[in-house]
Amino acid sequence: MTSNLHLWLIPVLPLLGAAINGFFGKKFSRQAVVGVALLFSGAAFAVVLSVAARFSSLSIPHTEFLATWIRAGSFQADFAFYLDQLSLIMLLVVTGVGFLIHIYAVGYMWEEAGFYRFFAYLNLFMFFMLTLVLSSNYLLMFVGWEGVGLASYLLIGFWFTKDSAASASKKAFIVNRIGDFGFLIALFLVIKHFGSLNFEQVFQSVTPMSPETAGAGLLTAIGLLLMVGAAGKSAQIPLYVWLPDAMEGPTPVSALIHAATMVTAGVYMVARSHVIFDRAPSALTVVAIVGTLTALFAATIGIAQTDIKKVLAYSTISQLGYMFMACGVAAYSAGVFHLMTHAFFKGLLFLAAGSVIHAVGGEQDMRRMGGLKEHIPWTFWTMTAGTFAIAGFPPFAGFFSKDEILFRAAQVSLVYWGIGVFTAFLTSFYMFRLWFLTFFGTYRGAEAAAEDHGGPGDGHGHDTHGHDAHGHDEHGHGGIHESPKVMLAPLVVLAVLSLVGGWVGSGRFEKFLSPVFNAATVMPAAEAAEHGNSEMLFTGISVFAAALGLYLAWLLYYRRPQLPQQIAAGLGGLYRAVSHKYYIDELYANLFVKPLIAGSTLILWHGIDRDVIDATLDNSAHGANEVSDSFRHMQSGNLRSYAGWVAAGAAVVIAYMIWMGTR
Amino acid sequence: MVPISYYLILSGILFACGATGFLIKRNIISIFISIELMLNGVNLSFVAFAAQWHALSGQVFVFFVMVVAAAEAAVGLAIIIAVYRTRETLNVDQVDLLKL
Repeated sequence: MTSNLHLWLIPVLPLLGAAINGFFGKKFSRQAVVGVALLFSGAAFAVVLSVAARFSSLSIPHTEFLATWIRAGSFQADFAFYLDQLSLIMLLVVTGVGFLIHIYAVGYMWEEAGFYRFFAYLNLFMFFMLTLVLSSNYLLMFVGWEGVGLASYLLIGFWFTKDSAASASKKAFIVNRIGDFGFLIALFLVIKHFGSLNFEQVFQSVTPMSPETAGAGLLTAIGLLLMVGAAGKSAQIPLYVWLPDAMEGPTPVSALIHAATMVTAGVYMVARSHVIFDRAPSALTVVAIVGTLTALFAATIGIAQTDIKKVLAYSTISQLGYMFMACGVAAYSAGVFHLMTHAFFKGLLFLAAGSVIHAVGGEQDMRRMGGLKEHIPWTFWTMTAGTFAIAGFPPFAGFFSKDEILFRAAQVSLVYWGIGVFTAFLTSFYMFRLWFLTFFGTYRGAEAAAEDHGGPGDGHGHDTHGHDAHGHDEHGHGGIHESPKVMLAPLVVLAVLSLVGGWVGSGRFEKFLSPVFNAATVMPAAEAAEHGNSEMLFTGISVFAAALGLYLAWLLYYRRPQLPQQIAAGLGGLYRAVSHKYYIDELYANLFVKPLIAGSTLILWHGIDRDVIDATLDNSAHGANEVSDSFRHMQSGNLRSYAGWVAAGAAVVIAYMIWMGTR
Repeated sequence: MVPISYYLILSGILFACGATGFLIKRNIISIFISIELMLNGVNLSFVAFAAQWHALSGQVFVFFVMVVAAAEAAVGLAIIIAVYRTRETLNVDQVDLLKL
């Protein structure tokens, strides 16, 4: 069946919203801005839902051609959209979670200057992300890929008057460019050897190749370079450093871009290119190792962070590591499953954290929170759902997806599994640490609130009472108050999704995705039954790890809150290293940034630009000036001096002629 | 018959007088006269060579020079009158700017 679904509507609708708000939003009232932003992002969601409703009646993969973009010789790239099970799931996550976060942002950003700008950027982001997900070739995907980077840059630097936000946005953009460099070279290799960037054509030419044939080195190279791109976008070692700094952006941005959608683009890309990775086992091993190490590494850093958003940022990096671990053991559907559940619970956690920050008037330091459970019950309960989900307690969503990943990893190597389980324990520990520090005990921000420091944390204003649905007018300047309903509604929806999102079961999810990832990755039934018992064992161990994390967090941060300090003091240098993120930022600064700046200054700026390019121009201009100055005196205007010059010239000519004649 | 060297020496003297006058005189009229002197010095050598080689072209050329010199005198004098009217001087050392 070749029905026309008008897939182009899905990305173009948010683009329209972005254009309207971006060009005219300055004159709109806030209500009008909200109306435009929600209308267009909601409409995209509606179109996706209608596509999903008709999905079973379509012939999959469904391609829709819009226009030819580039034609050069035999190479052709089109504006064409590609719909299959994988892109459908991504579409649902991006538009669904995106729409919820749009709603949330209405409440969160209401008091901010540049309100229209924020929503224009958000819609622009949706446009690029949907282009990325829907494209039918690598080139259009790359457009979306770069576009989300741009939107991310704009949104991280939303409070661009703040120095840290401006440099964080630059850092994110530049680090991403390093990854994009790898991605681009991979694309060049694909063009050179397969003559096309179209997914279907490329995968068709790749399919007959096998790891033993001559082209294997090429596929490994392409796979590794694609992984470089994915590591940049999805914040994996060694390019993860931008994501924690990206928390300078407004919290809805952290939720939408840096947790739920954009950072998963790398996972999506690897999953989309699975045909290549399947035939390049060494590249796949690299993916798995990078993912596993990132998961562990980021989780350990997350333990010692005190900024609530930074904890969540490292947790995001760690969870993305899980997804890459899954892709690396060729369990793509498990990775995508975790991508989906992670979008739910991490989006929820960020939004809830935003609600907490909102409640305490812009404070982000968990050491100044505590005892908020009574004050903000809705936030507390939704965040609890998110925390249990990420920690991997059944029956929350995170349990199903994480467990599937660990199980599949164990089949490849117990090392992956061991590190994964240990990371799960760490995840549970740092998340419950956050949970206990924020919501339990006594409020430690009282003296802080008196001193007024809402500004530096988030740039988020204190006073949101004007629209506060609960009308806490009696609260003072920094009084703790629950967020308005417009912020709580998305929290509740996401909390429900975090609870039930995994119930679909990884088996059914995998079956749904199997046409994309080829049936080969689906385990035969007999083998599955055989693994049934061991899966129960693995599940038990990972749930035990999560429970251990909960217990330890409870012990350290609820039962005996003075203990962590003693332990930290006892660990000394190790604790300092962890709390300074292993000095990776400093290492990169000394290893790459400083030499680059020094080299650029000395060689490129002083050496080439100033001493060669500028000097050539300056000196020739200066020389012309000097020569002209000496000749200027000939043009005195004095008639007799002109005559003298003529006579002298004539004399020279005559002398020359005489000399020639007498020679 | 007078040898051609006599004519040529006289022609050279005339031309040298003209050139010297052109270079050292300050009055525009004197300069103008010096130019005519140079032209005539050259004319003299033309006719001398024409007589020597029995070729008419030298004499014809002299007529052309005279005609052009007459035209030049008409234009030149007109310019001199215009200069005098605007600047009230005939001293070329004071006429060293095109701009008034």
